[in-house]
Amino acid sequence: MRSPPTTIAASLPEVGDAVPTWPAMLDTLLFRAGFNTSVVVAGTTLLGLAAGVVGLLALLRKRSLMADALGHATLPGIAIVFLAASALGASGRSMPLLLAGAAASGIAGMLAVQAILRFTRLREDAAIAIVLSVSFAIGVVLLSIVQATAPAGAAGIHHLIYGQTAAMRAADAIAMGAIAALSLLAARLFLKEFALVAFDEPFARSEGWPIGVVDLAMMSLVVVVTVVGLQAVGLILVVAMLIIPAAAARFWTERLSTLLWLSAGFGAAGGYLGAVVSALLPRKPAGAVIVLVAGSIFAASMLLAPSRGLLAAAARRGRLRLRIAAEHVLESAFEAWRRDRRSPIVDAAALAEIARERGWTAWMRIAVRAWLRAAGFATRDAAGIKLTAKGLVRGAAVSRNHRLWEQYLVSHADLAPSHVDWSVDQVEHVLSPELVASLEGQLRERGIEVPRLQLRPGEPA
Amino acid sequence: MMRLELALDLFPLAAATLAAATCGLLGNFLLLRRMSLMGDAISHSVLPGLVVAFLVTGTRSPLAMFAGAAIAGLATVLLIEAIRRHGRVEPGAAMGVVFSLFFALGVLLIERASARQVDLDPDCVLHGQLETLVWYGAPKEWSEILAWDTLAAAPATLWTLVGVGMASALFVAILFKELRLAAFDPALATAQGFSAGLLHAMLMGFVAAATVASFEAVGSILVVAMLVCPAATARMLTDRLSSQVWMSVAIAIASAWLGYLAATAVPAAFGLDSVNAAGSIAVVSGLLLAVAAMAGPEHGVVVRVLRRRRFARSIACEDLLAALYRAREAGRDEVDLAAASALLAPARATDAIRRAEQRGWIARRADRLTLTDAGIVESASLVRRHRLWETYLVEEAGLAPDHVHDTAEKLEHAPIDIDLDAATDPQGKRIPRGE
Repeated sequence: MRSPPTTIAASLPEVGDAVPTWPAMLDTLLFRAGFNTSVVVAGTTLLGLAAGVVGLLALLRKRSLMADALGHATLPGIAIVFLAASALGASGRSMPLLLAGAAASGIAGMLAVQAILRFTRLREDAAIAIVLSVSFAIGVVLLSIVQATAPAGAAGIHHLIYGQTAAMRAADAIAMGAIAALSLLAARLFLKEFALVAFDEPFARSEGWPIGVVDLAMMSLVVVVTVVGLQAVGLILVVAMLIIPAAAARFWTERLSTLLWLSAGFGAAGGYLGAVVSALLPRKPAGAVIVLVAGSIFAASMLLAPSRGLLAAAARRGRLRLRIAAEHVLESAFEAWRRDRRSPIVDAAALAEIARERGWTAWMRIAVRAWLRAAGFATRDAAGIKLTAKGLVRGAAVSRNHRLWEQYLVSHADLAPSHVDWSVDQVEHVLSPELVASLEGQLRERGIEVPRLQLRPGEPA
Repeated sequence: MMRLELALDLFPLAAATLAAATCGLLGNFLLLRRMSLMGDAISHSVLPGLVVAFLVTGTRSPLAMFAGAAIAGLATVLLIEAIRRHGRVEPGAAMGVVFSLFFALGVLLIERASARQVDLDPDCVLHGQLETLVWYGAPKEWSEILAWDTLAAAPATLWTLVGVGMASALFVAILFKELRLAAFDPALATAQGFSAGLLHAMLMGFVAAATVASFEAVGSILVVAMLVCPAATARMLTDRLSSQVWMSVAIAIASAWLGYLAATAVPAAFGLDSVNAAGSIAVVSGLLLAVAAMAGPEHGVVVRVLRRRRFARSIACEDLLAALYRAREAGRDEVDLAAASALLAPARATDAIRRAEQRGWIARRADRLTLTDAGIVESASLVRRHRLWETYLVEEAGLAPDHVHDTAEKLEHAPIDIDLDAATDPQGKRIPRGE
């Protein structure tokens, strides 16, 4: 079962061992580095585009790993076609025949997943894992027969497992363009129908939509892209081209049409840059480079996307923490000022006390002070910080909010007073004016004065 | 004819058995948690770990390989979890992203390794190379294999498998109750004082270890199959988790033996070359699953089809009896055969009439059907059920009297033991007395 590792060396024509020069890089990027390289770059770009579009549909339907099962399930078909063709005396290396076999057994694998879901009580993950492993195992067994009977042919089949981008011809690139156009067109035309089925299947069913037809159309596109991708990047990495661009695009937007273009764009960018890089660097298999480029796009998206990205989320959390912390300071400064009517200064000792109570780190203390000054709530003072009029107003609002929520929770939510803490929500945003007025009355009865909402700067509360 | 050669077959068979049993055991809990594809993800992801371990140490020693693969496997599990949770990516997609990226990285790194003229082959990661576990210096006789110095010559892969297998068995044996609870109701498990999350992490750790220990001997494709097929097969056969676990291990071992024989001894008996053993074992496990899915005692397709057909037949027969009873109420003691058949589904009519005749419920004279005494009792209780259901639907469920007949037509086949104390149904028809 050994084959020399060079069978997966799918590197493009070597341009030398040195780091590529800028002109060489530019030439490759602009399709000027010779016909063959240009064909490969164009072909993988189009393949990436098609995979991005189709992969997005699969992602929305939560069928991403169906592509994985499908990719693995193509192997038995390839091996059977090869063995049958050899037995009949024909050449087993005819690419159209092998790809037809791949498509047929890929479809059979998909139907097997459906049958398992329909007739047994196994779930989708198990069904996919079963079909994937058993059909690939059938392929491996058949392949070992190929290896024994026709060792030369086995190498050809290996190209379909690991891909051989460099072998792409102009006709292949044109076929990839046609498939890219077809999938983009189908996705654009039927995006609405597809979204309905993907997001609310029961509703679509009750409205009489042909869910089976929509699913069938989607999975047919997945089959086509997988089979075409086999040649270029191989059956394992074609799955990556289907999944990664779509998952990356999902970080950036909630709009379906934008999502479609982004996913297509990420796929195309992965194919384009990956092919260029592997053309420039010797001994870099294009399939793997394409997937890694797509993976970098995914990582960048996950980090940098504006609302769902990790950095944005961290910044949001940090801002919220800072705001809450600053409001603690403002509230306690306001309360102190209301008690003794001296100038509203939070001295270092008071700040340290709040920090200790709230468990702030030293960094947090610095950040809170900076935040208070930057927001115009406080100014620097010899003893610590001094609240501005704006800061006092805000402190009053926070204090009022705190008191009212406390009273609400005591009187309306059956909580023990000792368990009550304030919430960040403005009480007026949540409760009706009548209820707020009644809460104010209740607080007054308990002898607690609530700051008024419209507190003018400088005016005593 | 079929003989196993000690030197050639013992270690591969032992490795396959151990790997299959370990993966089959752990697979039960992956199946429960709907994470069967985790094995697939981990086994693709170990590739870069192996290559890096090789590039760093410069050897293909089992220890370095195991360490590299284990780190890669663990990184996969953690990354998938991180992307799923922090990136809010759908679990399937998160898995797909991580393992395909790792695999691509591995393929790229292999190019570097092969640039150094080293034979590091992704094929053996995918397909396994059971057959290469030849035992040089094997004893001539099976009886000698338990001697210490012969065992000491066993390859490290085998000992790793023994260790991981025993650790997994202990893990499941000791924490079985906790694993079961955590799989079915993680919130309750956490409330009861042991962290479902920690248990899950431990399970993932064992899956990663089993995958890594197994793939070198048997290839990742067999690992993926063994993590799902035996457990799924056992799931077809039983509803109890404890019996499912036992069965899955037995099925995994049976697959290993049958598959190995099918790959080596069977072709040899016909003078053919042997085929890939790991693949053949996975195929056998798939076949066993197919058989269990078809012929399982409670949930098998065959049993369910038979049950449904039996039910449909008894319903057709009951419909016939009820129709004859109603005709009798209307004063027609005999009903034309053609008219009775027309009431039933065409495919079922003949069968229903024959069945009713066999049970002595109807008598057939020429082309006329009559209820026998036994048939009158039987059909009276049927019609009673129908009319009781109608009464129930009107009085208790608040349906309009003219809307209940079709529903009652279906419900009449189900027993009703509510004491409604009504003499007539909503349409004013008399409700027959029971028995």
